[in-house]
Amino acid sequence: MKKQSRFIFSVLAFGYSFLYIPLVLVVVYSFNDSRIATIWGGFSTRWYGELLRNEQILDAAFLSLRVALTSATLATIFGTMAGLVLARFGRFKGRTLFSGMISSPMVMPEVITGLSLLLLFVTLQQLTGWPGQRGFGTITIAHTTFSMAYVAVIVQSRLLAMDESLEEAAMDLGGTPLRVVFDITLPLIAPAMMAGWLLSFTLSLDDLVIASFVSGPGSSTLPMYIFSKVKLGVSPDINALATLIIAFVSIGVLIAWLAMRRSGERS
Amino acid sequence: MKDFIRIRGLSKHFGDFAAVDRVDLDIAAGELFAILGGSGCGKTTLLRMLAGFEVPTAGTIEIDGVDITHRPPYDRPVNMMFQSYAVFPHMNVEKNIAYGLRKDKVAGNEINRRVDEMLKLVQLSDFRNRKPEQLSGGQRQRVALARALIKQPKVLLLDEPLAALDKKLRERTQFELMNIQDELGITFVVVTHDQEEAMTLSSRIAVMNRGRFRQVGTPKEVYEFPKDRFVAEFIGTINTFRSEVKAASDDGLEAFSEEAGITLIAHGEHAAKVGDTVDIAVRPEKIFLDKEKPTDSGVICIPGVVDDFGYLGNRSLYRVRLESGKIVQVSSQNRRRSVTRFLEWEDEVWLSWQPASAVVLVD
Amino acid sequence: MAATASNDQVWRRVAVAVPYLWLLVFFLAPFAIILKISLADPVIAQPPFTPTFDESGDLSVSADNFRFLLTDKLYAITYARSVIMAGAATLLCLALGFPMAYGIARANAATRNLLLLLIVLPFWISFLLRVYAWMGLMNNYGVINNVLMWLGVIDHPLQLMYTDFAIFVGLAYSYLPFMILPLYASLERMDMDLVEAAQDLGASRTRAFWDITWPLAKPGVIAGCLLVFIPAMGEYVIPYLLGGPESLLIGRVLFDEFFVNRDWPLASAVAIVLLLLLVVPIVLLQRYQARSQEEAT
Repeated sequence: MKKQSRFIFSVLAFGYSFLYIPLVLVVVYSFNDSRIATIWGGFSTRWYGELLRNEQILDAAFLSLRVALTSATLATIFGTMAGLVLARFGRFKGRTLFSGMISSPMVMPEVITGLSLLLLFVTLQQLTGWPGQRGFGTITIAHTTFSMAYVAVIVQSRLLAMDESLEEAAMDLGGTPLRVVFDITLPLIAPAMMAGWLLSFTLSLDDLVIASFVSGPGSSTLPMYIFSKVKLGVSPDINALATLIIAFVSIGVLIAWLAMRRSGERS
Repeated sequence: MKDFIRIRGLSKHFGDFAAVDRVDLDIAAGELFAILGGSGCGKTTLLRMLAGFEVPTAGTIEIDGVDITHRPPYDRPVNMMFQSYAVFPHMNVEKNIAYGLRKDKVAGNEINRRVDEMLKLVQLSDFRNRKPEQLSGGQRQRVALARALIKQPKVLLLDEPLAALDKKLRERTQFELMNIQDELGITFVVVTHDQEEAMTLSSRIAVMNRGRFRQVGTPKEVYEFPKDRFVAEFIGTINTFRSEVKAASDDGLEAFSEEAGITLIAHGEHAAKVGDTVDIAVRPEKIFLDKEKPTDSGVICIPGVVDDFGYLGNRSLYRVRLESGKIVQVSSQNRRRSVTRFLEWEDEVWLSWQPASAVVLVD
Repeated sequence: MAATASNDQVWRRVAVAVPYLWLLVFFLAPFAIILKISLADPVIAQPPFTPTFDESGDLSVSADNFRFLLTDKLYAITYARSVIMAGAATLLCLALGFPMAYGIARANAATRNLLLLLIVLPFWISFLLRVYAWMGLMNNYGVINNVLMWLGVIDHPLQLMYTDFAIFVGLAYSYLPFMILPLYASLERMDMDLVEAAQDLGASRTRAFWDITWPLAKPGVIAGCLLVFIPAMGEYVIPYLLGGPESLLIGRVLFDEFFVNRDWPLASAVAIVLLLLLVVPIVLLQRYQARSQEEAT
């Protein structure tokens, strides 16, 4: 047993290092004074300053945030509906197609999803004149479409694990099905909906390929901007941006974890 | 009134499978009625049809003269106490109990008054603001009960109410339920697989198997006068002797049993004729054990040997082996306290019982 | 559920209709459009493909693009390379991920949560940035080369960047959490008592593993492999940033065909063929997900 534990331990150590060392290095080099990222030139925060003065980045970040907020919210609404339908509505005509469509976007390669949506928008424009300008609207629609699949799966699992007699009891006491959804079901799946929203938000902020397909000239999301710079090689202001994002996400996850721990202790 | 609840021809089919098969039932107002059966017999499906969670494939349900067969659950004068209690975890005790009244749009202070009343009835007045996670199982059950009763339903359905409780709590809750029912006069319909629960709680029992009622009657009727072998064997234990009828009259019969080795006499109503094969059935507690052959000529006696026994404190259970090899179960109260045992393994004994103690079961 | 009033029927229909319609329009219909365009010819126009029905109203489709794809050796090689690359990355993820998931499942409750958190955290950090981080590690003046040279193992920098090897490592790095999480979910249910009981009865460690641990882990292995393989097949960013001009993968080819060559019909055909290759894994994965939903109830 001992030998097995040592093996497992060393694999775990290697695995986690594999995951984190690249990120640690990025953070370290973001404070590197030298322009050539791989040669240390002294500690400096000048890249952060440059970052804040860069209008392109700020515009891109702002667009990404707006898209992420909107698409996460829409995806949560639609995904929750879909999750409710799949978990509670039993068999109905077209259910197989519905459940197939719900789970596919999660695994479809992004180039295919991106291509298909762009072609759809082009066709729609031919037929109806909309969308004239591809940008915020089209990117939001694209992100909502794939994010809602994730929300649906999360909500569906939570509902399947939930005691159905809670909803039946509410109906028995006089609640119509619609009332019961708002009185009982939604409050109880709220954490799952929140998790779905957060996941959708992250997926949207992070998406590069699909946004590249469905955006238009003048609408660049943050990942698109980063990609255009990174194509040319390692760059120090991207290091700074990366560090900010890593810090932001880490703090967010840490807060969420502590909050979950505390609510777990209370009960 | 006798037919406060009228169920006629009620059936529920899932594909080809009949979970409930043409059930007829009348329940009187204020009755505490139990539906008893093993798992898969259809009792839960029947209950859910009463509550409105399943739509019957055929048949009707009337309550107090009104046909409610197709009414949705939120539109029936029926409330249910679920097996899992289904107390809303995100609401405190007060909000749980008040939920039904809020749905009925009752006025605020009226709600408070009635919630107070209910809390007193189930003895949870101090727990008004607690959350369900802070309550024990038994307390949550009382919240579920109060929540259902506050709407003053015409019928209260209870799904395995005592299943999750330990023995002591079960006894206490049994009597509490009976008292509450008595006080409020609401018709209770209880579904259970536990015979003891059914026998103690109810004024009448329906024994259910494979979607049909095998017998409906008072606990005594069902226990002492079972209509068929299933009911006889389902409730308690019973010894059966396969016998051929030699003589029959209006108030009894004589049948020869190879297993017993003698002709058994049974007094009581029956539907058998000479030549029929019947089961003569006797409950273990109706049989006496003696080391000597009983002198009373009116009793049935059979010799046997003690095969095994178990000491249960208030009574002892014996397994007696007859000459034919058949094992007969006997239960006797330990009326006297003594250090030595009354009977030992392989002791020779005489079994005896009154002819009126036996029941004739025709297949 | 049972008898509902007609008002609720309306709400039920709405709840089904809204996501259904959305998906039909924005998910399913686009595939039909890809198919339609893959059967067209490219033109210098806006949009750059011939319409399905020409001026006289006749159907104008051609299977030229598919014929081209099936006969051109370059495409066949590229598809094959993508399968091999995705497969290899999947295997590396499995080799590394399985022991890790096992280790996490075996850990005590407090450590386990922390370990899981540390697996999920990189997932929340931008995918692009994590790939970018590897660029810094692997280039000629990057940390790996510096360390190796300092250790004296090599005396001039290894060409790590812009190779198939870099793509391979990049894929494994990015998709490792996708392998670990489903594996962990399966292994978590494993009861160590069962394994110990088997060993008590005389089974060797490997026997105990195959008889007890593996059957439990199998669904997680299948799910994890599919969750890595399917998206990896169509990867664009990683081959672009980490690969060289000869390391062409199908995702990149599709993108270039579309944006660089402006040959929309051909790009569509490439997408259709890729989809056909992935149909079997996708259906398998959906079947697995449906089954694990049922098991949870």
